[in-house]
Amino acid sequence: MTRKHLPSIFILITMSLLLLTGPAIQAVKAEDTIKVGILHSLSGTMAISETSLKDVALMTIEEINQRGGLLGKKIEPVVVDPASNWPLFAEKARELIDKHKVAAVFGCWTSVSRKSVLPVFEELNGLLFYPVQYEGEECSNNVFYTGAAPNQQAIPAVEYLMSKEGGGAKRFVLLGTDYVYPRTTNKILRAFLHAKGITDADIMETYTPFGHSDYQTIVTSIKDFSAAKKTAVISTINGDSNVPFYKELANRGIKAENIPVVAFSVGEEELRGIDTKPLVGHLAAWNYFMSIDTKENKEFIKKWQDYVKKHNLPGGDKRVTNDPMEATYIGINMWAQSVIQAGTTDVNAVRQAMGYQKVKAPCGFDISMDAKNHHLHKPVFIGEIRADGQFDIVWKTPGPIRAEAWSPYIPDSAKKVADWTYPWVCGNCTAPKYK
Amino acid sequence: MSSLSSPYPLVRLLAALFILAFAPPGYPDEGKLEESIGHLGSSSRQEIIASVEALRQLGDHRALPALEALLDRRLRVTKAGRILIKLKTGHGMIDAVTGVVIAQQLDGLDIPVINNQVRIVLSQTIANLRLASPDAEVRLAAAEELLLHPQEEATSALRAAIDREKTTKVRRALALALALTEVAGANKERRLAALDIIGQSDNPNFIVNLKPLLAKQASGEFQEPDEQVRQAARSALSAIERHMVVVGVMQNLFYGLSLGSVLLLVALGLAITFGLMEVINMAHGEMLMLGAYSTYIIQGIFKAHFPDQFAWYLVASIPTAFIVSGVVGMILERSIIRYLYGRPLETLLATWGISLLLIQTVRLIFGAQNVEVSNPPWLSGGWELMPGLMLTYNRIAIICFGLGVVLLVWLFLNRSPLGLQVRAVTQNRAMAAALGIYTSRVDTWTFGLGSGIAGLAGVALSQIGNVGPELGQSYIVDSFMVVVLGGVGKLAGTIWGATGLGVINKFLEPFTGAVLGKIMVLVFIILFIQKRPQGIFALKGRMAEG
Amino acid sequence: MLSQLARLHTRRAWIYILSLTILAVLVIPVLNRAVPKDSVFYLPDYLISLCGKFLCYALVALAMDMIWGFSGILSLGQGVFFSLGGYAMGMHLMRVMAGEGVYRSQLPDFMVFLDWKELPWYWLGFNHFWFTVLIIILVPGLLALIIGFFAFRSRIKGVYFSIITQAMTFALMLFFFRNETGFGGNNGLTDFKRILGFSLQEPAVKVGLYIISALVLLISYLLCRYITMSKLGRVLAGIRDAESRIMFSGYNTLHYKLFVFTLAAVLSGVAGALYVPQVGIINPSEMQPANSIEMAIWVAVGGRGTLVGAVIGAGLVNAAKSWFTVAFPNLWLYFLGVMFIGTTLFLPRGVVGLAAILAKKKLTGRDSLQMIDSE
Repeated sequence: MTRKHLPSIFILITMSLLLLTGPAIQAVKAEDTIKVGILHSLSGTMAISETSLKDVALMTIEEINQRGGLLGKKIEPVVVDPASNWPLFAEKARELIDKHKVAAVFGCWTSVSRKSVLPVFEELNGLLFYPVQYEGEECSNNVFYTGAAPNQQAIPAVEYLMSKEGGGAKRFVLLGTDYVYPRTTNKILRAFLHAKGITDADIMETYTPFGHSDYQTIVTSIKDFSAAKKTAVISTINGDSNVPFYKELANRGIKAENIPVVAFSVGEEELRGIDTKPLVGHLAAWNYFMSIDTKENKEFIKKWQDYVKKHNLPGGDKRVTNDPMEATYIGINMWAQSVIQAGTTDVNAVRQAMGYQKVKAPCGFDISMDAKNHHLHKPVFIGEIRADGQFDIVWKTPGPIRAEAWSPYIPDSAKKVADWTYPWVCGNCTAPKYK
Repeated sequence: MSSLSSPYPLVRLLAALFILAFAPPGYPDEGKLEESIGHLGSSSRQEIIASVEALRQLGDHRALPALEALLDRRLRVTKAGRILIKLKTGHGMIDAVTGVVIAQQLDGLDIPVINNQVRIVLSQTIANLRLASPDAEVRLAAAEELLLHPQEEATSALRAAIDREKTTKVRRALALALALTEVAGANKERRLAALDIIGQSDNPNFIVNLKPLLAKQASGEFQEPDEQVRQAARSALSAIERHMVVVGVMQNLFYGLSLGSVLLLVALGLAITFGLMEVINMAHGEMLMLGAYSTYIIQGIFKAHFPDQFAWYLVASIPTAFIVSGVVGMILERSIIRYLYGRPLETLLATWGISLLLIQTVRLIFGAQNVEVSNPPWLSGGWELMPGLMLTYNRIAIICFGLGVVLLVWLFLNRSPLGLQVRAVTQNRAMAAALGIYTSRVDTWTFGLGSGIAGLAGVALSQIGNVGPELGQSYIVDSFMVVVLGGVGKLAGTIWGATGLGVINKFLEPFTGAVLGKIMVLVFIILFIQKRPQGIFALKGRMAEG
Repeated sequence: MLSQLARLHTRRAWIYILSLTILAVLVIPVLNRAVPKDSVFYLPDYLISLCGKFLCYALVALAMDMIWGFSGILSLGQGVFFSLGGYAMGMHLMRVMAGEGVYRSQLPDFMVFLDWKELPWYWLGFNHFWFTVLIIILVPGLLALIIGFFAFRSRIKGVYFSIITQAMTFALMLFFFRNETGFGGNNGLTDFKRILGFSLQEPAVKVGLYIISALVLLISYLLCRYITMSKLGRVLAGIRDAESRIMFSGYNTLHYKLFVFTLAAVLSGVAGALYVPQVGIINPSEMQPANSIEMAIWVAVGGRGTLVGAVIGAGLVNAAKSWFTVAFPNLWLYFLGVMFIGTTLFLPRGVVGLAAILAKKKLTGRDSLQMIDSE
């Protein structure tokens, strides 16, 4: 290396080090706001689903600020983009808690992103609100799960399909994208179906890779499989692959009357990308639908549409609300209530206050947080797709049902108890910690 | 067009209204009809089902408009329980019982909610009633609907319909529907005849009706006591199964060709930018995406301004997508890529940056969510080549479209003056320049052409999958594989590479599943390139050293 | 030995290298550990993990530079080698915490999920650290050796080689995505507890890992420097610039290329192994073809054909990414895109080239690019 340009290189390296440390030095400032982190992918493959959640979180925070904020302070959202990159989720989570000192984080969509940030939240004692339906089998003291556990979505849907009204299905195709949520859900469902007397011969389980777009072969095998008995498809296909799947179904003339498909990851937002006329009658199970006819929901939708208009968000008046958006909305409101009740944003105090917290949710029910397992009590709705991309609600539970963090249908997890109150104080124990 | 939904809804409605208006007066069950239609607006789905079934018993065509409206979510109920039908045109309503046009605006109308259970009964009933339609198409659709849900109650109606029927096609469908109901009946002669008809139909949908005849009870005895019937069922079943083998092969071939044509379309543009110009264009996928978004925009324009010609928006979007992607490609070539010729690996980095910019721009304009691009009616549904073998129109269209684009590109390169210049520049830039070809302009046009073709592929992709900012990312690896497998710089190679990959993939998939199949194809490509580093169509001699 | 080492650099360059090393392995840890938290000079923990991550990336960039910058072979499979090393380490970390997972089972959690009753054979041995280290070096090395042998023997070069390695990357990514494969599917391996008995949650352990990464990077740098300065390095450069001439001069280029490809794979594997305990997760998305392309971009931004450039590039791009994703979550892709385009268009020699040009303006009239080649 010649000597001439060495100084410049040295300066460069030092500068890049400074670039790194610079923001850290800035961060030490007087705190006149309450900071909360928003950890949703705004780019990469998951941006398609997660951007709406960021928007609805900002809307909810704006609403609380307009009411005067919390404890006399405004909430200041810190939005970061983990770019659908799972290690980056962990890095950003650490940055939010360590550098920005956020009081709580609202974020994550995929299970893998949640698994990636989980050790960070436990290590730094942060607070994560996770708004998406997921596979369960987890209960952290640092996470509040505002989406559905499998027993709040999958099992009621299958029960409906087996009922006379749902078509009395005798055979089931469990079709999913190959990752943890479909795998676990299908495992639970298989055990559940066995319990209902359906044998393995009448269950077909198939997985496709992420982003799979050619469903010709699979639709054919579904059709062949359905020749013997009344068949229903239970789809845990991930967002992106749903369009090609439904298009293939529609074009092959498979109607919901013959082979109904019930999906757990298809909501109003996903249907926006599909021509729904040929899909009329296919089902989805959620804890919220935009078409729910309640006063609270009308207000929620109006707020959202006003927010979209005011901030000129892409999509304009075509933007819809969906289940994870409602879950985000509930989560932030519940957190705000807890902060007011605790009188501080201290994580331990807020966590204590979260238990049994209740909000009147857009779905029309009083939704409460379970102090024991950190999951919401949620009602289940089953909707049939309409030609306009909305859902007709054809079935619902009489009231909210409690989440089972550990499924009783998986032998290893059936023994486990998730209970963060005395004397258990444990998310995955078989005996109380304090006897 | 799917045979299950008639292409002429308006005609159908008019026909129904015609029947309604000129029905012979003095039906005996006048009161019953009114009562049953009245119950269609019930809030209990069981009551709706009961009244639909009652209407089927009545067999009165005047119920058709109300039933159709219920199926299409056009039925409305006033507070007083009066049933109204919203007309298909979207303007105005009529009374379901009297047919009187309702002039004034009514508020607070309820929409009866139905589910699949209601929908099944409803479709059957509508099909039953439509058997009397004057339109042969409608009758055929009705017969085929009955095939899906055979019902014993329809037997007499079917017999009457067969006797009336003049059109052979419809007669055949009706006979089959009748056979399906009679197989389960008591008359042995009829059952044997029915099994014969079913066996000849070659339709795998009927396996479900045959299997029970051959099933054994727990005690080991056949459920069906009659040996002759069992024999007939067995031969019918084996006839259908033989047919299924043929169908299976044809099906895989078709799926393979259709996947191949998708690969061909997405790779063709790359074969030009990468193959002919040696630009490793990582932004190729984003050209596909721009093409798909152009389709979306054109669809929006048609929806807003030419709703009557909506079915043809796709045709209009073909040139638009070509121009949009092509122009973007030309701008990129002029501003960035032309500085990087001869340094293929650096084009990779720069175009990677371009792709990030394009993705984010689209995301900021249209949002991160997917946008809806619907299949125009003439691409929805499929063509049943033979029983059990459904070729969907959008796939057929893409195969034809792919072939057409290849043909045009070939003609352009080999028959047009500009194509000649392109080939000259590709083969020997210095010599071409010496002969007076404006090489840098040719480069721009060539890159524009490659990008434009990618735009065309985007139009095709919008018909089978998602349209979102990340659309192109999922195709970029595949396109490179196809081009390299086929042999860089050879269009024929690209065609063979694409169809070969598509067909292999689809024949593997039923055995290995989608993931392993794809992995095996990739391993195959790696091995193939080891054997023939220059692809299927290797250039010979000095050019190979390029 | 020492004198040989000393000859790698001028004395002045050695001073810079040593002072940077001291900054990295002494000053930064001290600022984190010994300085009170409210001090201006305190370095928060998350920055230590971040820096540790960058050091691993820098190691991959070094490997990429050896194969691409010095030998002219653009491998788009470095991400795979990186992940394989990472997976090996992840498997070790999973094995040593057997019985502490969610299900308190001897098997990793995802296997309990999938109803597996016993450990698959390819997981055996990973409870030993020495075995893991062996695998971290052997598996990426052997894979590179095999792929490289067949590819280089068939004289596959340039773009073709890039595409083959990309096909390999894609195939392996799909393979690891499958849950049946037995590497945790999409979720990969996560929720690690301990390494060699030290808790990974402990800030001191993090600093330790960071220092180890820095030292490994330093040693690898010196090794690469040694190679590029030797005759071997000159043959490699010859292969890059005119392969047929080197062949006609009687060298078997196959051996040279294989050596450098394998070396790059091993270095990437080591980087991956260091990366995993610091970020706490390894999953197939690390194998995305895009990640491997990004690795090439780090090198290009820093400056191809200069080892320092690779290290700087990795640091710069990732620091920019880290900062932009918080500061401009909606626009950061623009910065990144413009950075890539700008570098390839205006800085063909990367940031180091820019530094050289600036230095040239001040001091000499010699062609700056030549200067870098001759360093």
